[in-house]
Amino acid sequence: MLNAKIPAGPLDDKWTDYKGHCKLVNPANKRKLEVIVVGTGLAGASAAATLGELGYKVKAFCFQDSPRRAHSIAAQGGINAAKNYQNDGDSVFRLFYDTIKGGDYRAREANVHRLSEVSGNIIDQCVAQGVPFAREYGGLLSNRSFGGTQVQRTFYAAGQTGQQLLIGAYQGLERQVSLGNVKMYSRHEMLEIVMVDGKAQGIIARDLITGKLERHFGNAVLLCTGGYGNVFYLSTNAMGSNVTAAWKAHKKGAAFANPCFTQIHPTCIPVSGDHQSKLTLMSESLRNDGRIWVPAKLGETRKATDIPEEERDYYLERRYPAFGNLVPRDVASRAAKERCDAGYGVGTSKQAVYLDYAAAIERYGKIEVSKKGLENVSKEEIIALGKEVVKEKYGNLFDMYQKITGENPYEVPMRIYPAVHYTMGGLWVDYELQTTLAGVYALGEANFSDHGANRLGASALMQGLADGYFVIPYTIGNYLADEIYNKPISTDHPAFVEAEKEVSDRISTLKNINGKQSVESFHKRLGKIMWDKCGMARNAQGLTEAIAEIQALKKEFWSNVKVPGGINEMNPELDKANRVADFIELGELMCKDALERQESCGGHFREEYQTPEGEALRDDANFMYVAAWEYAGESNWKLNKEPLVYDVIKPSQRNYK
Amino acid sequence: MEHKGINLTLKVWRQQNTNTAGEFVTYQVKDISQEMSFLEMFDVLNEQLIQEDKEPIAFDHDCREGICGMCSMYIDGKPHGPWQANTTCQLHMRAFNDGDTITVEPWRAQAFPVLKDLVVDRTSFDRIIQAGGYVSVNTGNAVDGNSLPINKNDADASFAAAMCIGCGACVAACKNSSAMLFLSAKVSHLALLPQGEPERQSRVMNMVAQMDKEGFGACTNTGACEATCPKEISLSNIARLNQEYLLASLTSN
Repeated sequence: MLNAKIPAGPLDDKWTDYKGHCKLVNPANKRKLEVIVVGTGLAGASAAATLGELGYKVKAFCFQDSPRRAHSIAAQGGINAAKNYQNDGDSVFRLFYDTIKGGDYRAREANVHRLSEVSGNIIDQCVAQGVPFAREYGGLLSNRSFGGTQVQRTFYAAGQTGQQLLIGAYQGLERQVSLGNVKMYSRHEMLEIVMVDGKAQGIIARDLITGKLERHFGNAVLLCTGGYGNVFYLSTNAMGSNVTAAWKAHKKGAAFANPCFTQIHPTCIPVSGDHQSKLTLMSESLRNDGRIWVPAKLGETRKATDIPEEERDYYLERRYPAFGNLVPRDVASRAAKERCDAGYGVGTSKQAVYLDYAAAIERYGKIEVSKKGLENVSKEEIIALGKEVVKEKYGNLFDMYQKITGENPYEVPMRIYPAVHYTMGGLWVDYELQTTLAGVYALGEANFSDHGANRLGASALMQGLADGYFVIPYTIGNYLADEIYNKPISTDHPAFVEAEKEVSDRISTLKNINGKQSVESFHKRLGKIMWDKCGMARNAQGLTEAIAEIQALKKEFWSNVKVPGGINEMNPELDKANRVADFIELGELMCKDALERQESCGGHFREEYQTPEGEALRDDANFMYVAAWEYAGESNWKLNKEPLVYDVIKPSQRNYK
Repeated sequence: MEHKGINLTLKVWRQQNTNTAGEFVTYQVKDISQEMSFLEMFDVLNEQLIQEDKEPIAFDHDCREGICGMCSMYIDGKPHGPWQANTTCQLHMRAFNDGDTITVEPWRAQAFPVLKDLVVDRTSFDRIIQAGGYVSVNTGNAVDGNSLPINKNDADASFAAAMCIGCGACVAACKNSSAMLFLSAKVSHLALLPQGEPERQSRVMNMVAQMDKEGFGACTNTGACEATCPKEISLSNIARLNQEYLLASLTSN
């Protein structure tokens, strides 16, 4: 059933060859074909704008009040591209290799190579749109380095790269709106896919202002709806980020791939109490200068600054002398959890570790003293000079930390803890980004294809824009070329009527339960199960328990949830109820996938499968495949496997000691 | 870290939809941790309302880290509340004291009609961008990114204007409900870069015309917009906008 449709021929030629042979749609016919784009982040906005430019009739949907607010906007660090502007040995092959290796050999070679090939075009396109990337004094583009690579290939716009790239794509989208090529539906949520004769022919969307259900015809449907990290309740995702559109496609027959592959980011501001609604990421760049530690003694009660050097445990430096505080995200996260679980955590919750800048401040201060040729300088003066340097490099992050915690990180160590950040899993797609449902495509974080079991920093923005600007405009033509022979289907077609009825029945059911517990309380309980048993470390017993607990939670949700407000009006609680109901079902599948994958790889760490030193132990002989789950009725899935074949790269064990 | 719980009185604007009249309703919240964000305090209030079989308060929010521009509360007479250079979602309860009364309203402007409670319609901002807030370049047209060196100061100034999050606080703060700071940020972002040059004149003329059509007021250089902007967009952008507009008016046909 799974056909990845990877073009034949050498890896380097596949994409060129594909573009040379795929079907085209002539301009007159493009005007007759309608494409629905759900979600307007980097993948959705770039796809909608580009398809509009090509002449297709595009309808774009987002649940926010404006397409510019999609969560791509929050990405901080940067975007990778194999430009080799630094002349430091970068190439298409190296970006491809780093991405496959960083993903712990669980991604598809052909897709990742294509991603790497188009990465340079993305930068050119964004520059042409007026994205104000950081520049050197000579006027050329600036680069910085990022985790998991040895070259400088990351382009950035201060700490707001995602914002600037999204604004670029959004402006391109609004231009197409003004030209009449794209019709924008903001404050709309897709709640069903309409299938006719085995092909997607439209969607049912709910107008979130009036509550009315709408039928929209489309020759193809592009799901650009982002990741599902909010299944954990607490994550760095936006509050509205959800799995609903992808889940509807899944229940209609689209396979869901590697759902258990979740990225936990090591440097986030820890949870401060039960009221917490989301977690805030502190850029990975802080690990360049900060030292991470916990007290060496159990039951330590002194303030951090009162604990002498010899009574501190710099556990990353101790365990990984070669990489120290700069080990990859998954390794750093697990090490923090290990210390906290052993009782060495700090802060009121004891679920945090220190990220300390005292040593960096002193080091930078001494450099300043020598630069300025100062003599007889007191320790206080050195520290004051060092603080200035740190402020210049990380000032905005330190300010953000202080705003949220009320503590001054120049004086006391920051407290950090890992948090859910990105989901590598998603809808299974073939080389053309088509799901197993004909006419339904998935782009960006919503698909599973490029990051394997762990994503490298600055690669999410790259993938979203690659899919939207440079991949889908070709691959969708290959499908739509055959659609020109079919007349558009009326939205009075029985398939539309039936799909709308399914949605309205579900909404009435939710509304009429009239139970006692709020939607939020169910979401929190789901998040706790997921975090405790399907989070940074997993084991068979915990996962088995989690599946039973989620099934019970689902039953309770559908008999005791309380959704206030009306159906035919703006009702954020009802929107949330729809989403949480889907998260509960997804949670079960994630646990099932994690249970089935009896190995550790990337972000998926099974406690039973580790080296004697506590590192992830892959099992290539038995698990070198994509797990593509097919929905087969309530709490029931069929596993289909897509074997991963490495023609060019030879998988090896990652080692950071 | 201190876990201090405070009690507050909230006067919140409630309005069923655009076509009905609204009113202030008073609520009490107890034992609010000062570590909470302002929106988390609203989460607590809404949970309380749900348990009392009342309808929770609708408010816009999404990223909760100060970058998406969705949150929009007018708190004690100031958009986004008392802290400088801050969004509502990043305002924390440390800003308030036990026993305080806090008044919360939606953005008030003719061009931002209230949809429900604290939620307003800001699609007028999108239409201003549609009028010309872009560079007309199709995907695939681009030349190599480094073929066009840009003076670092211009690039930095362009970036400072492009940081606008489109939240609308500038309009809410302005006594005339003018959108000049928002518009000038976009005009500056593109006017400072060579990529924006070819459409420089039509852009400013069309965007200003759209702003007027949407019903935003005129600018009287009071500077309340700059003082309230969460991203500290500078008033000098408005000066640049006026200059661009004047030049375009004088040279256009």
